[in-house]
Amino acid sequence: MTGHVKRAPSAALLVALVALAALPWFGESYTLRLGTIACMYAILAVSWNVIGGMAGYPSFATAAFFGLGAYTGGVLLARGVPLVLAIATAGAVSFAAAMLLGWVLLRLRGHYFAIASLAVAEVLRELTNSATELTGGGMGLNIPLELGGGASVAYEASFFFLAMWALLLVCVLAVLAVERSRLGFGLACIRQNESAADMIGVHATLYKSLAFALSGVFVAMAGTLYAGWVHYIEPPDVYDILLAVKPIVMVLLGGLGSIIGAVIGAFVFLGIEEFVWRNWLQVHSGVLGFLIVVLLLFMPHGMVSVGKRLRRTPSVPAAGAAAQLRADSVRGAGHG
Amino acid sequence: MGELLRLESVSRRFGGLQALADVSLSIGTGEVLGLIGPNGAGKTTLVNVITGVHRASAGRVLFEGRDITRLRPYRTARVGLARTFQVVQPFPELSVLDNVRAAALFSAGGSMREAQRVAEEKLAFAGLSDMMALPAANLTLAMRKRLELAKALAMHPKLLFLDEVNAGLNSAEVEQAMALIRQIAGSGVTIVLIEHLMKVVLSVSSRVVVLHNGALIADGAPAEIVADPQVVEAYLGKRYAQRAVEAAQSGTTR
Repeated sequence: MTGHVKRAPSAALLVALVALAALPWFGESYTLRLGTIACMYAILAVSWNVIGGMAGYPSFATAAFFGLGAYTGGVLLARGVPLVLAIATAGAVSFAAAMLLGWVLLRLRGHYFAIASLAVAEVLRELTNSATELTGGGMGLNIPLELGGGASVAYEASFFFLAMWALLLVCVLAVLAVERSRLGFGLACIRQNESAADMIGVHATLYKSLAFALSGVFVAMAGTLYAGWVHYIEPPDVYDILLAVKPIVMVLLGGLGSIIGAVIGAFVFLGIEEFVWRNWLQVHSGVLGFLIVVLLLFMPHGMVSVGKRLRRTPSVPAAGAAAQLRADSVRGAGHG
Repeated sequence: MGELLRLESVSRRFGGLQALADVSLSIGTGEVLGLIGPNGAGKTTLVNVITGVHRASAGRVLFEGRDITRLRPYRTARVGLARTFQVVQPFPELSVLDNVRAAALFSAGGSMREAQRVAEEKLAFAGLSDMMALPAANLTLAMRKRLELAKALAMHPKLLFLDEVNAGLNSAEVEQAMALIRQIAGSGVTIVLIEHLMKVVLSVSSRVVVLHNGALIADGAPAEIVADPQVVEAYLGKRYAQRAVEAAQSGTTR
């Protein structure tokens, strides 16, 4: 019997992800930079997929989590705290903040939740701006991170790529585990019919808050890594609204609710972004927007649906088989 | 027969509308209680208040002697209350099996494997074993009603509310549903049956209560209830009620 999730594509995804780790041995610094951003984007997309795709709540809080993680981790790094500890702290702070926030915000549904979640980044940005002593305010924050014994630029590029890659791997494994767990099952119920989920005993508020927190924890960790990588952060950079919008576009490109789709969507999005940026520097955001609208128009269910459609075409269409089964059962019931 | 559920002067207002007015009711273990009343009488609201979807504006709800007035639906689901919805509420993208599995899993808190076993058992009972792998959205209305039933049963309810399980079914399907309800009652589950089809109410219920404009106006054995002029009036208006009384009298004098 099948469960509520399919298994085969995730194995393929994991193999592809593991293969990606070989990049530092082949790529130059530009490829590595691109690879690091690709992994970061994929973390944002896979994370957003938990709240947006699995629970069905359109969150715009990704930028808030990213900024919160960048500043929590950044402040700690600037004070000499080891990177791993800074990342863990950023994750924990973000998880706790998201649980509290989720408990309140997730009482809102649909558009109302979207707008409320959008405001979170603005509030955090203002807080960061005004806490000048701690964060450097609008001046930004310098993060002189020492990777040990006179590290070369090439070494640093490889290091941050591998760190971001490892974080993506952990993120994907965690979300895959969640999808197969009781939590993932409950979220699927909530997405499809929240009041019915409530009626069968799903603690919807708790589950939604957990989903929201999970959608924040890896994003915040990626924020810390980003801060360490670029050595300098400022509020408009890490609380950028585009950080909230891009993951949604990536997930929609890949296929809503699919983890493999989110990863593919993130990589493809970065590919298009980079391509457009190189060729149409002056109008790149316009061209990018146009391309995305076209892609979404022609692939409303994302790229994973293309694979499904190709596989389905030669055999009997699924809907026909279902109708057949239904007809059989009606006949069976008539005899009974 | 012990008391399972007790309502003490339960009221519920929606703004200016008094949906439930001072409803007191006791339901004993093992009863099949028919809850009837004209459209808008407050039947579904009563179920919503008991299961925690709406909170009572006043009064108390006691289940097995425990005050559950303020429990949210996910909590009442876990103490042993289950319901089917008037408008069926499946998880459309989940398979039929997963729909029932979810109900077993989240209401009881057991293992996934245990939930699977319970789900298969209840689906067999509801006659849906052949449909297990289909998405719930593909089922016909009659099957979706049976799926609702299987979901509710998978929660191991002590008290089961069946809200219009027969609405929209043809007579053969109604017969099947009635047989299922009798079987459920026979297994010891207390049932509150909300129903428009009098044939079903009268043949299945051990006791009937009538709700009208949010208040209970009658409570008794099925045969008494249909003869109650107040009930006839609530359904058909005063003139018909009088005529019915006259007809009954002339019938006895002749």
